[in-house]
Amino acid sequence: MIKNINILDLFLPSGTMQFMSRQKKLLPNSHTELYGQCLQFYGQPPLENIALSEFETFAVERLKLLKTVENLGVSYVKLSEQYTKKLDQESKNLNFPYRSGPSEIEKRRKDHISHFILRLAYCQTEDLRRWFIQQEVDLFRYRFSYLSSKQKLEFLHKNNLQYDAISVEEKKALQDKLVNSSYAVSGITVEDQDFYKVPFQDALDLVRTRKVYLKAGYVYIPHQDIVTIILNDFRTRLSKALALTARSLPAVHSDERLQPLLNHLSHAYQIDSLSGKSFPLCMRQLHQALRENHHLRHGGRMQYGLFLKGIGLSLEQALQFWRSEFIRGKVDADKFDKAYAYSIRHMFGKEGKRTDYTPYSCMKVILSNPPSQGDHHGCPFRHSDPELLKQKLQFYKVSPSGISQILELVKGMHYQLACQKYFELTHNVSDITFSLNHPNQYFVESQKVLGGGKDIKREMDTPQRSQENSGRGSAAAREAAANASQHLAEMTEELDSFFQDA
Amino acid sequence: MYYSFPSTTSVQKNYFQNREFSFTLKDDIYVRYQSFTTQNELEKEMQKMNPYKIDIGAIYSHRPNQHNTVKSGTFQALEKELVFDIDMTDYDDVRSCCSAADICCKCWSLMTIAIRILDRALREDFGFHHLLWVYSGRRGVHCWVCDEAARKLSVAARSAVAEYLSLIKGGEETVKKVVLTDPIHPFIRESLAVVERYFPRYALQEQDILGRKESVDKVLSLVPEDVRKELQQDFQNEKKPESRWKLVRDQATKKQATAKKGQYFEKEIMLQYCYPRLDVNVSKGVNHLLKSPFSVHPKTGRISVPINLKELDVFDPFAVPTISLICEELDRPRAGEDEEKSEESKDKENEKDAAERRKIRDYKRTTLAKYVKYFDQFLDAMARSWKGELLRKSGKF
Repeated sequence: MIKNINILDLFLPSGTMQFMSRQKKLLPNSHTELYGQCLQFYGQPPLENIALSEFETFAVERLKLLKTVENLGVSYVKLSEQYTKKLDQESKNLNFPYRSGPSEIEKRRKDHISHFILRLAYCQTEDLRRWFIQQEVDLFRYRFSYLSSKQKLEFLHKNNLQYDAISVEEKKALQDKLVNSSYAVSGITVEDQDFYKVPFQDALDLVRTRKVYLKAGYVYIPHQDIVTIILNDFRTRLSKALALTARSLPAVHSDERLQPLLNHLSHAYQIDSLSGKSFPLCMRQLHQALRENHHLRHGGRMQYGLFLKGIGLSLEQALQFWRSEFIRGKVDADKFDKAYAYSIRHMFGKEGKRTDYTPYSCMKVILSNPPSQGDHHGCPFRHSDPELLKQKLQFYKVSPSGISQILELVKGMHYQLACQKYFELTHNVSDITFSLNHPNQYFVESQKVLGGGKDIKREMDTPQRSQENSGRGSAAAREAAANASQHLAEMTEELDSFFQDA
Repeated sequence: MYYSFPSTTSVQKNYFQNREFSFTLKDDIYVRYQSFTTQNELEKEMQKMNPYKIDIGAIYSHRPNQHNTVKSGTFQALEKELVFDIDMTDYDDVRSCCSAADICCKCWSLMTIAIRILDRALREDFGFHHLLWVYSGRRGVHCWVCDEAARKLSVAARSAVAEYLSLIKGGEETVKKVVLTDPIHPFIRESLAVVERYFPRYALQEQDILGRKESVDKVLSLVPEDVRKELQQDFQNEKKPESRWKLVRDQATKKQATAKKGQYFEKEIMLQYCYPRLDVNVSKGVNHLLKSPFSVHPKTGRISVPINLKELDVFDPFAVPTISLICEELDRPRAGEDEEKSEESKDKENEKDAAERRKIRDYKRTTLAKYVKYFDQFLDAMARSWKGELLRKSGKF
């Protein structure tokens, strides 16, 4: 197997000789020139060959960095002291650039390459793109804040952002106009900060709302606001680039070495993020266990696997998902195919008596098949030791008062109400109208609250499917969704009659 | 020369061929996506179809008349002038002399004010240079901003420009359509300066807004309640509009010394009665078509002539030539015509040339002459400007 990959090839649509020659003209002469600063707009893909092993390591490490960026962004105010300290630390640990300095060239090269690799993985769906862009913007903001004024100007000019700072004299002459143009600009702002002249087309929001001074086609912006504009510029560029990359994906798919890695990178992330946001505690727990141990026992596989089916994972996606997770553990590809794939296909009604099993309802999870040592399935509110449950909730950042409320409900054996309370606390709502009785219902309601509205099932389609037979793919997903809700309705009925008879 | 407008406004070669025109024919039949390869073709088609109305649209990626053959999604507008449309009907709530499609010399000042304010802003704030103001032929004016930068603006940018220029918010249900807060943006100050020049004669005298009772009530509905009561009392003893206005301003000065909100009402009144009302949708659309300069307005017969800003204050929409007048003027016999004819008929080869020359000279005999001259100057300025650009780009400057 060829050990080296030429990244540029992956980014060029076939038959673009023109683009190639234009690119070559822009090629800097050395690494020192390309990596002159600790951050960049990632305008050009890397032009070198890199080893397959480096490819994988770089990608995984950048992913770790971006996940840290995401977590820190949730826990701390961005750019606060703790935030930057922790991000400094993580950047250092993962060997990424975080400060200007001569010894940073290798790290910057890694930064450059890893960014482009992740573009390949994260361009494929709207959800993935959104996540990737958000973290990259935050990372950019953090690195930009470390530049001095002079370095900032250099950076702008190097990237064709013709934003020039106006002279002190011009500032003085325009002082009144500047102050009267914006509520946020005072005499002090004008004295203390640099003001930049920006073409009005690059600051449309400020122009539209008339919150800025406009003269001869340029807006005059204080330094504090320039950062916003630059970030928006970065965001727009990246968004466009991702859209383009998505279109040239066939080149990537034809490369067998990359395909599994990229899929794993993006799918794993996607389910990771969903698990944190929209999974009930029982499934979140199962997901975490699977990711940590690269394995789940039968009970866990059934409960979690059927749940995933209910949220729209297709058979192919499920096989890919479980396989990629298990082979990171002790199971090799062959064994997986022999032993585990069968049971997954069974879940989808493709083997044996071909029952298309339905995802378990809360009643079923609570009442049947209690977990034993080494199991992670069941209902945490029912089956976990209260102390352990408390720790788990703390780890998932539930407030202390919230935790006591949940524990109270658990004591009273109101497990589903406890889960409902968990829903309320994690979604920051206090008036849910549904009565929780099914994990997939939890998921659906959660997506509603989060304003999803989009077709999650469609999002999780891999690009091959969407390119070849999107009709079939989404029909299958719709079917799965229809199944899930139909069974939800059935479960509710069963439950009603159960309680009535009793 | 007409051909020059839609093509000189851009530098690239195939622009004319990719420019969209639309014709409105007899019985209101509207045909879009017309395009032509040469000036001759356009003329021939115009003569053949006899459109009542001709509109100009954008320059597309392909020839508009072939747009159905192009792969869907690839046929797109590449460039289009930034345009503004000011329509007198939008001022019906603040003019008492006319309504709907009518205009008179009294309310025409609103157009003058609109042109002054917008022209200044587009030039000084946005840095545009090539603006053509055109009388629509009936009840409004259009502005064509032909700078290259303007033609390349995105929909979002056009919309942002239009909103920057908008101060009147709200429809029929809204009483108070202008609200100013601190700080007052330089753009608003400049606009107010223009309004203040015209306000005494236009609003206080001609429109008499502080004269008749309903008008007074309407004006007073725009001031804070406490001030309103005082003014209503004061107005009982003071009937002269100018003095009444002074009372309003004095109240405003008082309020501005103390209050933090609602203290700019005298400015708000002036703006509500005089400030330009734009239709943002006309400006932001890249696919939108606008009436061609020099076309005939189907309902009035008036020609859409360009307005020379140097003579803006004396522009009279009722003195604009109509098509019948032009025809009449063209039909009048010319001095020395017979001589010309005999000379030219001697040389048949020159016949075609002569016809061309005669055609070009013809308009000079009509009232259109001065408008065409002004238009020529506009085109020259643009041509000089892009020649300069070319030279600069080629490094010769």
